[in-house]
Parts: sequence; structure tokens; C-alpha cells
Amino acid sequence: MSEAIQVMGLKAKLGLDVFKNNDEFHIKIVAGCEKDPRLKKAILVCPAGLYSENSEGEVELNQDGCLECGTCRIACGSDLLEWHYPSGGAGVQFRFG
Amino acid sequence: MEERFDAIIVGGGLAGLAAAYTLAEAGQEVLLLERGDYSGAKNITGGRMYIRPIKDMFPDLWEKAPFERGVAHEEVCVMSGSGSLLVRYSGEEAPYQSYSVMRAKFDKYFAKQAERKGVSIVTKTRVDDLVWADGKVAGVIVGDDELRADVVIACDGVMSLIAEKAGLRKPGNPKHYAVGFKEIIELDQELLEARFNLKDDQGVARLFVGDVTKGKFGGGFLYTNKSSISLGMVMGISDLMNEEPMIPAPEMLELFKKRPEVSALIEEGQIAEYSAHVIPEGGYRHLSNLCGNGILVCGDAAGFSINSGMTVRGMEYAMGSGYYAAQAVLKAKELKDFYCTGLSVYEKLLNDSFIMKDFKTFQDVPEAMDNKRLFTYYPELAINMMQKLYDIPDGPKDRIIPTVKGMLGFREIWTIVTKDLRRMMKL
Repeated sequence: MSEAIQVMGLKAKLGLDVFKNNDEFHIKIVAGCEKDPRLKKAILVCPAGLYSENSEGEVELNQDGCLECGTCRIACGSDLLEWHYPSGGAGVQFRFG
Repeated sequence: MEERFDAIIVGGGLAGLAAAYTLAEAGQEVLLLERGDYSGAKNITGGRMYIRPIKDMFPDLWEKAPFERGVAHEEVCVMSGSGSLLVRYSGEEAPYQSYSVMRAKFDKYFAKQAERKGVSIVTKTRVDDLVWADGKVAGVIVGDDELRADVVIACDGVMSLIAEKAGLRKPGNPKHYAVGFKEIIELDQELLEARFNLKDDQGVARLFVGDVTKGKFGGGFLYTNKSSISLGMVMGISDLMNEEPMIPAPEMLELFKKRPEVSALIEEGQIAEYSAHVIPEGGYRHLSNLCGNGILVCGDAAGFSINSGMTVRGMEYAMGSGYYAAQAVLKAKELKDFYCTGLSVYEKLLNDSFIMKDFKTFQDVPEAMDNKRLFTYYPELAINMMQKLYDIPDGPKDRIIPTVKGMLGFREIWTIVTKDLRRMMKL
């Protein structure tokens, strides 16, 4: 219950940020690495809570709300994540920063 | 027709803008490419900027700079699980040495000043790759376009994919990076000034240590802006992902905000934005290579940020390194040598400046701070002592010194002196 409230709070918080043309996948989990235990670290470190584990034990990534902070790339490395920035003019646009 | 520039700068944050501004002032044709909608759109600070070390590099910049508040009060809040101890140092007077700032406002302003100096800024543009010719970087690739220049300056932030492509750095190790995440919380200006006891444009910077990070490397921070608060945390990524208790970053922030010491400060506030960013904290030993053939690296891309315990500083190193990169390009132009041989004067300029001097001075800090007791034992000890000192029991109260002694047995003192103090001597 409390976890669900947390997640809702976070989604609402991310909803306050401005995101543009966020339909491209700029971060991809390398195929075959979905169950890699090192990838589970992303669930802990992502400030936007975009990583989760599904019932099959695979880590999934939902990019809506990506703050482009880079923490997942530092935590998991480029063996597990194909990590690019969104193209020009896309992604989060901070109004305050 | 192929367009050619004296310099192409990748990234329109503080490092890139500083380099572009300085080069344009010296009459160079500069193209600055920024992937956000505007400079500052992808940038985050805690935060505050210390301006003294960089003031004279950009003399025209400060008078109208959109700063929020001058930091007149420095505060530290030490937290245990049950209590806290707040210290406030006041003594700073205008002109202040640091100002709270928001990057979307400051960088936008800086970009306008750079354009006035003649910099061509193109926003909404991501640099995809480098152009190589004659064994050196010769430009950048943007989509299908090739843009050429004598030199490319990588100012593309802490992840610097450009410096990686140039072979000047490798993807980072979690031990050498922290992540900052914060909220901007809007608050009525009068209420804010009353709540923090602020006069006029004075501001406060408050650091939180101890239970706020559940014993992990890092801390909480609060800065007052004109009519908002920047409230967030900085945590070492390695500790966040490897140390117990395993609590996801967003939940850490919620727990922090629920502390009574914090919740009272943000009451009646409205969250306006949530942001996060990686911070390089490896210090001197983990800087990237600063110079390649046809390319220089500045700011966070180079690793120019220092966590000295009391402060995390990066913005003035970004601006300073951008300034010195520009000076190096001008020198290389005189020598007509844009290979590392000509450009490496950048390293010399940095070595003679506050930047490398600070990095050398504080090179042992990451190691000294890598001590769990700083985030658990000492905050608990401080709060327990306060509790005992102020405690009036049902019966008679003990003398003060024996009470303190009772909390610091021989074994504790031995550990403090032989382990912690020896380490802390490096600070």
C-alpha cells in the first residue's frame, strides 16, 4: 500500500516537469541482459523510479519521465545499457534547474 | 558549401558558454551546439555558485546576473534517527561569496551574453559523433551534417559521450560518482523570509548529515531562492546501490522530506519541478584526459567537481576550465598547432590556476570521506550527547564531564584517534 502511494507521488512529481517528443527510446537494455543481477541496481538508483522488475524476474525500463541524469549508466555500465541522449530538442527541459 | 569555424563547442552549459564567450571576445568564429531547447534546459545545480575565483574572467557578467539570494547564513543540521542538532553560522556580508542560483535562468542569461559577444548558438542540436582528419578531431557530426573546426571543445557534461568517443575517458565507476536529486518548492516570499529569518536578498544554505542518508555516503541540502526552496540529496552511487538498507533513491528523498526538521520548512510549499543529475566526485585522481589532438575537455565532462565535505563545488570549475580552454585555443592558434602538442598549454594553464591547485589540495578527500562512521557513529554521538546534556531526570542530575566521558569509553576514543582522526587529517 505505502509503496503504491510512493510510486503515485513520484509520477505526479515527474508530471510537473516539461518533457518534449519523448517517443524515442534513448536508453535500451542490451538484449539478453534483462535478468542480469547487475541491472537490478538500476531499480535502486534511478531517481525517477523508471526501472522495475516484472514477474519473470526481468528488469524493465519505462522511459517516460527520464531526467537524463546518467545514474543508471554509471551504476550498470555500458555492457548492460545502450545509453544515448535523446535527440536535439527532445526529452526533459528544466524550467528551473 | 562547407562552413568552417575556429572552434566548435559541444554543450551550452557553464563550461561551454565560458569557452565560447571568451573565444568570441577574442574575435574567434565560434559555434556552440546545445541539445536542449535553451542553455540550462538540461542542467541542474543544488545549488549555489561561488563567484570569487571566476569573477575577473567575466567582468561584465555579474552585475545583471539572475542570482536568487546571497548566501548569508551557512547551516549544518546533524541528524540521528531520533533527533537533530542545527548550527547556523552568520557573518558573511554583501557582496556575498556565493549565491543561490537556478541553471535554467542563469545559463539562459549567460547564453544571451555570449551571443552578444558574437557566439553562434544552435539549440535543439545533439552532436552524434566526431569528424577525424589527419589524425586529429576536425569537427562534429550532427545527423547527416558534418561541421568542421580547428578545435572541438567537449563541454557535454558528466557523461561526456564526446570525450569517450575521442578516447579521452571511459564510462565511470560508481565509486567516483554521486547522484543529486532535488525538488524546487515554491513558497510565498514573505513566508520564506520569516521562516528562515532572512533580510532582503539574503539566503541560507543548509546541509544535512547523518540519518538523512541512512548511514550512506552523502547528505541532504537546502538552498533558499527568491520565492522557492531547492531541497534535495546527494548520494554516492556505489553506496546507494550496494549498502544496506536498500532503499530506492526517490524513497530516500520522501523519507528526508518526512523528517519533522524538514517538513516544517516546506509546509505550504508547492513542488514546481523535480530534477536529478550525476555529479563527478572522484577528484584529482579520476579526472579524464583533458587534451587530445584537436580536442579539449572542460567542466563536468573532465570531472571538475569537488566534494570537500562541507561543499560540493562544480560550477566555478566549469566556468574556469572553459575560460582556460579558450585561452589554450588562442595560444594554439598562434603556434598554428591544434594537435595535443599545441593545445596542451590548457593543462599548464589549469595547473597554475585555482582549479588544479584545489584538485591537488583536496585529492585525498574522497578517501577520507569514505568512512561510514562519519554518517552513522558521529551524528548519533552528537545527538546522544545533546540529549544527555539537556536531560533533567526525575532525580538529581549527574555532572557534565563524567556524563560525556561515559559516552566515550577507551575503545571509542582509541578508534577515533587511531582510525578516524588519522584519516581526517587529510582534509
